[in-house]
Formats: sequence, C-alpha cells, structure tokens
Amino acid sequence: MTIPLLSLQGLTKAYPGVVANDHVSFDIGDGEVHALLGENGAGKSTLVKMIYGLIKPDSGTMLMRGQPYAPSEPRAARADGIAMVFQHFSLFDALNVAENIALGMENPPPMGDLAARIREVSENYGLPLDPYRTVGDLSAGERQRVEIIRCLLQDPKLLIMDEPTSVLTPQEVEILFETLKKLRSEGTSILYISHKLEEIRTLCDHATILRLGKNVGECVPAETSARDMAELMVGSALQTPERAGRALGPVALDVTGLSVPSPSEFGTALKNVHLTVRKGEVLGIGGVAGNGQDELLGALSGEITTAADAIKFNGQPIGRLGPTARRKLGVLTAPEERLGHAAAPDMSLTENALLTGSVRENLETRGFLKWSDARVFAERIIKSFDVRTPGPENAARSLSGGNLQKFVIGREVLQNPEVLVVNQPTWGVDAAAAAAIRQAILDLAAQGTAVVCISQDLDELMEISDSFAALNEGRLSTPRPTAGLTVEEIGLMMGGAHGMEVAHV
Amino acid sequence: MNLGEINPILLIASLMVAATPLLLAAIGELVVEKAGVLNLGVEGMMIVGAISGFAISVETGSPWLGFVAAAMGGALLSLLFVLLTQFALANQVASGLALTLFGLGLSALLGQSYVGIKPPSMGDIHIPVLSDLPVIGPILFQHDPILYVGIALTAGVWAMLKYTRAGLILRAVGENHDAAHALGYKVVRIRVLALLFGGACAGLGGAYISLIRVPQWTEGMTAGVGWIALALVVFASWKPWRTLLGAYLFGGITVLQLNLQAAGVAIPVEYLAMSPYIITILVLVILSADKSRAPASLGRIFHASH
Repeated sequence: MTIPLLSLQGLTKAYPGVVANDHVSFDIGDGEVHALLGENGAGKSTLVKMIYGLIKPDSGTMLMRGQPYAPSEPRAARADGIAMVFQHFSLFDALNVAENIALGMENPPPMGDLAARIREVSENYGLPLDPYRTVGDLSAGERQRVEIIRCLLQDPKLLIMDEPTSVLTPQEVEILFETLKKLRSEGTSILYISHKLEEIRTLCDHATILRLGKNVGECVPAETSARDMAELMVGSALQTPERAGRALGPVALDVTGLSVPSPSEFGTALKNVHLTVRKGEVLGIGGVAGNGQDELLGALSGEITTAADAIKFNGQPIGRLGPTARRKLGVLTAPEERLGHAAAPDMSLTENALLTGSVRENLETRGFLKWSDARVFAERIIKSFDVRTPGPENAARSLSGGNLQKFVIGREVLQNPEVLVVNQPTWGVDAAAAAAIRQAILDLAAQGTAVVCISQDLDELMEISDSFAALNEGRLSTPRPTAGLTVEEIGLMMGGAHGMEVAHV
Repeated sequence: MNLGEINPILLIASLMVAATPLLLAAIGELVVEKAGVLNLGVEGMMIVGAISGFAISVETGSPWLGFVAAAMGGALLSLLFVLLTQFALANQVASGLALTLFGLGLSALLGQSYVGIKPPSMGDIHIPVLSDLPVIGPILFQHDPILYVGIALTAGVWAMLKYTRAGLILRAVGENHDAAHALGYKVVRIRVLALLFGGACAGLGGAYISLIRVPQWTEGMTAGVGWIALALVVFASWKPWRTLLGAYLFGGITVLQLNLQAAGVAIPVEYLAMSPYIITILVLVILSADKSRAPASLGRIFHASH
C-alpha cells in the first residue's frame, strides 16, 4: 500500500454556534484529482483553510507522506508544496501581473527574470499572460490564470482550487481542464472544490462529499450519477421548479440602443443594448461577471439614468426616471450584492422592507413612516419566503446569506411588480432555498410579470428562462428562445474563450 | 510698492525652507496611506514633535538630539493611534481627529516653560566650491542638513515603493488587505511600522518649524501645516515626487506672497494669504487628472476573520 500524499484524520473545527468541520477524514494520493463536494456552508472552505494554514483545527491531525503536517501559516504550507487558487481572487487590482505573482512567492527573482519565467510557464501550460498588464484590466478568466501561474511557479505537490469555474465561460472551463489534466499527468495532485457535478464527473478521480461539516460519503465520480451525488450533498431528494405553460402578453419592457458608461473605474460600459421582455416572459441574461451586469441592473433600476427613449415601460419612456419613480410605475429591481446594495446591513428587516417597499406598499404618509404597516409587510415577507430569523427587528447582517437573499427577493416579489429585474438571485444560496427563489420567480411570471434574470449560473437560466441572451464586454447578444440552445451556442454567445488559446498538451 | 526689493535668489532659497516641514509630514503620511491607513493626526504629531525637539535641544544644547527626540515624540504619539485603530479597531477618522486635539493640548502643557527661549542653532552646511557658486550656491547648497534629509527621504520613499519588495508588500497591504492576509503577510505589523514612520516624519516636520524656520516655541505654532500635508498627499496622487513639487509650490507661493505684502502690492492681504492654498490645490488637481487612485483599502478597518 502506498502512502498517500496528504491524509486528513478526524479534523474538527468549531466556531461559536456552529461546527464547521466534524471529524473529517480522507486521503489524497499522488497525481490524483480529488473533488471536495458540498453545498454552501457545508464546511469546504474551512477545511481547505486548515490545509493551507490559514486556520488551525481544534482537533485531528494531518499527515503529509506519513509525516505530521501542521502548517502554522500559509507560508509554511507553501514551503511544503501546497498552493491554493482562491474562490474570490486574492489579487491586487492596481498592481501588475508580475507584481501580483511576486507577492505570492517566498523568494521572487528580480522582476525582469520573473517576467520571463511567467511568460515561459504560461506558454507551457497554454495560459498565455502578459506580465506587465495591470490586473484590474484583466477578464475573470485571465485573473484566474494569474493565480494559477502564481501557484505553478512554486512547483506545488498539491494544488487546491476553490470553485475555479464559477467565473468562466464553458470554453474557458475546457481550457482550464486541459491545464489541470496536464498537471495531473506530471504527478501534481489537485484538490478540487465545487458544487458543479458534471464538471466533477469529467475531471475528478475521487470525490469526498461534505454535508453540514461531516464527511457523508465518498465515490468515484465517473461511476456515480450526478443525481446520486446531488442527493448525498443535499441529504434529501431535490425538487425541480415547475414552470406552468403560459401565454406571453404584450411587450412590457423595451430597451433600445442603451449605451451607458460605467460609474466605476474597473467597470464595463454598456454598448448599444437592445432587449424586449413581454408580460409573463422570463428573459435570462448570462455572461461572465464583470461584463456589464451591474451596469445593466443600474440602468434598468434607475440608479443610472439614460436617454428617456432608451428604456420604455408599456410604451412610456422611463430612461430619465430615478428608482423611486420607476418603482411607483411597477419596475422593481433586486441587485446582486446583498449586504450593502440590496439591503442595508445594520438596519432591521422592517427598515429594509420600508426602504424599497414604501412607495408601492403605501408605508408612508406625507413623509412620516407607518411603522406598524412596515412591520406587517416585513413579517409577510418572512412568512411567505420562509426566512429563518427570530423576527423583523433583527438586523439584516445577522441573517445568513441564503436567508437574506430570500428576504431581498421576497420583498420585491410581494410588491406585485409589473417588471422585475434580478441580478444573481440565488448566489451563495443552498439548493433548497435556490429552488424556492426560482419557483417564486416562475410563479410571478405566471401571473403576468415580465422578469429579467441576470445570472452567472447557466443551469439556473436554462431552468427558468423563456429566452436567453448573454452579456459580453458590455454588449448583449440577440435574445434567443431557451428551448433547443446547446452549451456550445451559449458559450459562443458569452464570448467564447475571449481569444484565449487552448492548452497545448 | 517696490518690487525691486524682492531678491529672487533669497526668495528661492527661503521657499525650500518654508516647504520642508510640509514635505516631511506629507512624505510620512504618504507611506501611511500607501499602507491603507488614514491618519488624520498629522497636525497633532507635528506639534508634539515641535515641542519635544525644542525642549530636548534647549536642555542638551544639541539640535541634532532635538531632531531625534522630535522623531521619537511623533512616533510615540502615533503609537496611540496604532493602539486605537490597529488593535482596538476604532474608527480611523475619529481616532485621527482625537490624536490632533490631544497633541495640541499635550504640547501646550509640555511647552509652558519654553515660551520665549531661543533654541541652539543648527547652522547651515558649507560645501567647499559648491556652496560658493554664485546664484546656485545660496539656492541649493547653503541650507541646514534637515532640509536635505527631507529631499533624501522623498527619494528613498520613492525608490522603496517602486523598486523594493518591502515597498511592493506595503502597497499590496494598502491595496487589498484581505488578499495580503490570505497570502500570509502580517497586515497589522506592516501598518504599525508605516504608522511609526509617519509619526517620526511628522515629528521631524514639526521640529523643523520650532528649531529652524521660526525658531522659537509658541503654542499651536504648526498652524495647520499638518492639515495641508494631508491634503497634499491626496492631491499629489500618492506620488512622492509630486508631493515634493506640491510642497515647494506651496512653500514658494507662501514666501512670495509674504514678500509681496512687504513690498506693499495693492492686493488685499487676505487674497495674498489665501493664494498658496488655492494655487497649490489648483495645480495638483490639474495634475491628478491622470486617474491615479487612492489605495483601495484606505481607511478600512482590517480584522482577520479566520
């Protein structure tokens, strides 16, 4: 029997009120791609942070090639050959590629030599990169390359990848997989964290499934169906949202020739966007993050005003109207960022309900607030959307991500919108809550609301939308009916591989 | 009115002297802000530096020891800011304002017995040949040593930020402290060091006013230079050489308007007095149109969450 590269034995880590990892054990062999599978909050991130030395386990041991391994800090983990690509990129926008990479190395060579090595390694693995470009100007796929190359320059024995494909187009995913397969053939082990089952089935040799911090099973992904793995992950049978057949009404939202500069420096300007949404239709807008999603939401919500004629609601120009005026008409939006944009973190749920609900729910008279009505409204949201909280007086910040997301979406849905625009409605939400949110969106459409759903989750868009379009560098592709679209076609609408070369293996 | 009385050589020579306290304080604050911390206590650290430098050089008779004490005094006061913001995680704006108020009060207390005393003089350097050159000599080579320290610090900070690993790590911490932490850098330790450096620089700047520029001790004698230094860092887009340029511009116009007042120019004194502020800000705003940004983590509280 061979000694595994890394062996985890009974790792436990508890935080106040929650056991993030409860006696988790598994082995990673040499040259193995090991999947770590689980829902949000299952404890995947905590586990890899322990391996990478960012946090210390409360109990349990790790063995590397049979020797005790207890990194006190990431530096020690790196010295032992462990490298990590983070889920939220740990990059510095204002610095260039070479500087970013130098920061992740113990003893970086002089900048000139480093730049040459970056060129060499990146060409070798089919991930071309210019070392002198500023990271803030790179696409998500290219930023990920920076992280991967930073890891590769240290000849890691184990590469940890935390949700690497969540920001990539299908074509970019393919390039990444070629690179990972090449690494595996060279003997590098990979710990691959994801909740995307099909990816794991094509790439990984072995999978460990976590649920609520416990190891609930292991399997060989290629021999296990995606459905079985999903049920292990969730712990119960999954419900798929139902979409009732429905007739589409007249056009509710009509956007023509919408061009908007981005309000933020590293944002993307919208260029000549056209779209129409009919009553009862769900338009899904895909695309890699940072291609104009936030700007589109801002333009539709009224946070960014445009030429009056660029946006029409039931034939009436509304481009110059601000958010409150649009809400009055029935154009409602739920932005992506829960804490800070969709909700005010330190205000109570009642106050948050008031913030967007006051116009349509009639929660104020002549500038004075009707607190009791607001509270009733907040309670109605909590009840109908199964938001887990002791009551509406709790601060938005105290809710878990999924619960707050249900509240934020529910708040808009209950106001009976004529047009609803949502951005990333189920981001960071567990499968059951995501299904509930999608069902609510579909129910709303069935009642005749025109819905625009911006999301990076293609499976979600395929599930709920009637037509699909993709944002790429601020341009929107022509919307097409969702039925019959192939993954290949969707990928091309999203901009293909953004001109990135395929790995030369 | 007699403009002929203004001696251009003396004017340029004295503008460098007028600019040095501002330059010293601003260079220190630039490093602090590059590390992602906003310390509004510059004025307080300057005035504490001014009195500690003044007191020590009067007591020991050595201006050099005075400057060392000034740097230590400024750094010591910044340690209070460190405790508040880096360990107690207090709000940086409020802590900085408190630091200034505290520094003003403390310096007034310490300085009670030093009012009206003349400190030992530092004397100007004299380099054979160079200092004796006509025109260039008096302008560039006949100043006190601390003035050259200020210029050397500017060059040093610029080179450190641009070419060294320490500078890269400092910028990284100011840019994205969470990512720097994830890579294993000691965010708090780096910021503490930057703050101590900023405090020492502000202290030097204060002592320059009380020991060389004026030279004597009066309460509140820094008279807002610390606030100008803060503004200068922003308008200079966090660039060391531009900070030097801004400081000299400010110092130059200050000296020029004093000369104009003395020459009796027919412009109301108030307009002349406000001119350094307006012109410096105007020029630097025009320069900063090149979209340079503040360090992205500036003023944000860092708390390691794992």
